[in-house]
Amino acid sequence: MRSGVISPRWLPLVGPAVLLGVWALLVATKAVSPILLPGPGVTLQHLWTVTVGGSMAVDFGATLLRTGQAFAIATVIGVPLGVALGSSEPLYRSVEFLIDFFRSTPSSALIPLFMLFFGITDFNKVAIAAFAAVLVVMFNSAYGVMNAKRTRIMAAHVMGASRWQTFRDVLLWESLPQTFIGLRSGISLALVIVVVAEMFIGSENGLGHRIINSQQVLNVKDMYASILAAGVLGYLLNVLFLLLDKRVVHWSGRA
Amino acid sequence: MSPGTTQITIRGLSKKFGAAPLYRDFDLDIARHSIVSVFGPNGCGKSTLINMVAGLMPFDRGEVLFDGKTLRETRIGYVFQNYRDALFPWRRAIDNIRYPLKLAGQSVQEVERRVEQLVDSFQVTFDLNRYPYELSGGQQQLVSIMRALAPQPEVLFLDEPFSALDYEMTLFIRDRLQQVFIETGTTMVLVSHDLEEAVWLADTIVLLTRRPTQVAEVLTFDAPRPRDIASLTEPAFLHTKARALEVFQREVRKAEGQA
Repeated sequence: MRSGVISPRWLPLVGPAVLLGVWALLVATKAVSPILLPGPGVTLQHLWTVTVGGSMAVDFGATLLRTGQAFAIATVIGVPLGVALGSSEPLYRSVEFLIDFFRSTPSSALIPLFMLFFGITDFNKVAIAAFAAVLVVMFNSAYGVMNAKRTRIMAAHVMGASRWQTFRDVLLWESLPQTFIGLRSGISLALVIVVVAEMFIGSENGLGHRIINSQQVLNVKDMYASILAAGVLGYLLNVLFLLLDKRVVHWSGRA
Repeated sequence: MSPGTTQITIRGLSKKFGAAPLYRDFDLDIARHSIVSVFGPNGCGKSTLINMVAGLMPFDRGEVLFDGKTLRETRIGYVFQNYRDALFPWRRAIDNIRYPLKLAGQSVQEVERRVEQLVDSFQVTFDLNRYPYELSGGQQQLVSIMRALAPQPEVLFLDEPFSALDYEMTLFIRDRLQQVFIETGTTMVLVSHDLEEAVWLADTIVLLTRRPTQVAEVLTFDAPRPRDIASLTEPAFLHTKARALEVFQREVRKAEGQA
């Protein structure tokens, strides 16, 4: 069966090709001033140069490290706490409002507050990102436990499992698919907050720092290249978690 | 191992859902080494009954004893209607079967010996190293029956175990269950909405009334085992089934008369 002009395996490339085309067209027709928007060719070439040259790697690495640290803190605190909250419905109900409230509060609104407490330190950036991520992680783990299949809990019970065994062998596993959703959202959120924090909490490296710096000196080529690098980082993290999810929570959506 | 003395005594069982009594002073005796089918009008609480007896649902009043012991002191097995939700999808099929044995603290050798026995008596031909979601519905239900039987329970409860399976698989699993019963004499309590299977498998058919639920009648069906497809057309089977249907319709009509 013919599927059209383009073979299906090339279809994912259509969108990016169109974007680059529109971008090139805007620049070629001078619809947007070249001061604000350099062409795609020079931008990508610049991205390549700074990447192999090493200066981008430093900023990319710094942002990745902060995001990773924030995510690790969020996971270590959020998952056990979420599972514990989810195991006791009354406990969860009593803190539900707090979680929902702070989950709905834009974490960037708390940056000045965190600056008061932690100063303009590197730890501050990590702390605020961890705070943003921990709520999402906790909330999802708790829901994973609360929405565990009743039948599986009853099956464990009838086989003679104690409360602790039911928790370890059923509830924890039942919560995993939802926990992974929380982890994936958590790391995306951590990246967002880290980049913002790098812009506004005096920083010497990181993609956020690089983006705002190049904007200030009107080095737009570098600004676009850094934005693309941040996009690549976010995308790779997302893909990594999707792959992990498929491997670890292999039964998700199938049982 | 013919059906004999009473094993499960249910006395004065009462259960309300909201203000409406579902069971009020319900009594029933279940004989050792027998297969008992529970059959009744829709909504009379067949599953609720075995769930209360198996300890999956609390009741308001009454007593359930197994050979004079409480449920806590009794090893039971339970097969759920919804095998997809009952198996643990993060464990391979074989690890699902091993699970209750490990809970009971058996050694690796003991566990493996028991699993081999089960594989033999259920004539398993598919790969038990797969995950449950990789198996067909019938294979999954077979795995959950093996899991329930693994610790050699004193009583096996089955809540409409075939209702989600195709007819071919139903016939196969029914036959395997009967074979296990012949070999081990494990008492089985089966909730069914299919009168044919309720009678074919059973020594005793407990027919229930509408709410508040009472025993309408207890029928015995003592055709020799193994029973096969041909048993379905024998006079004794047809007679018992006709009698059960008569009682069933009487109970359904009674309720309509009240309404």
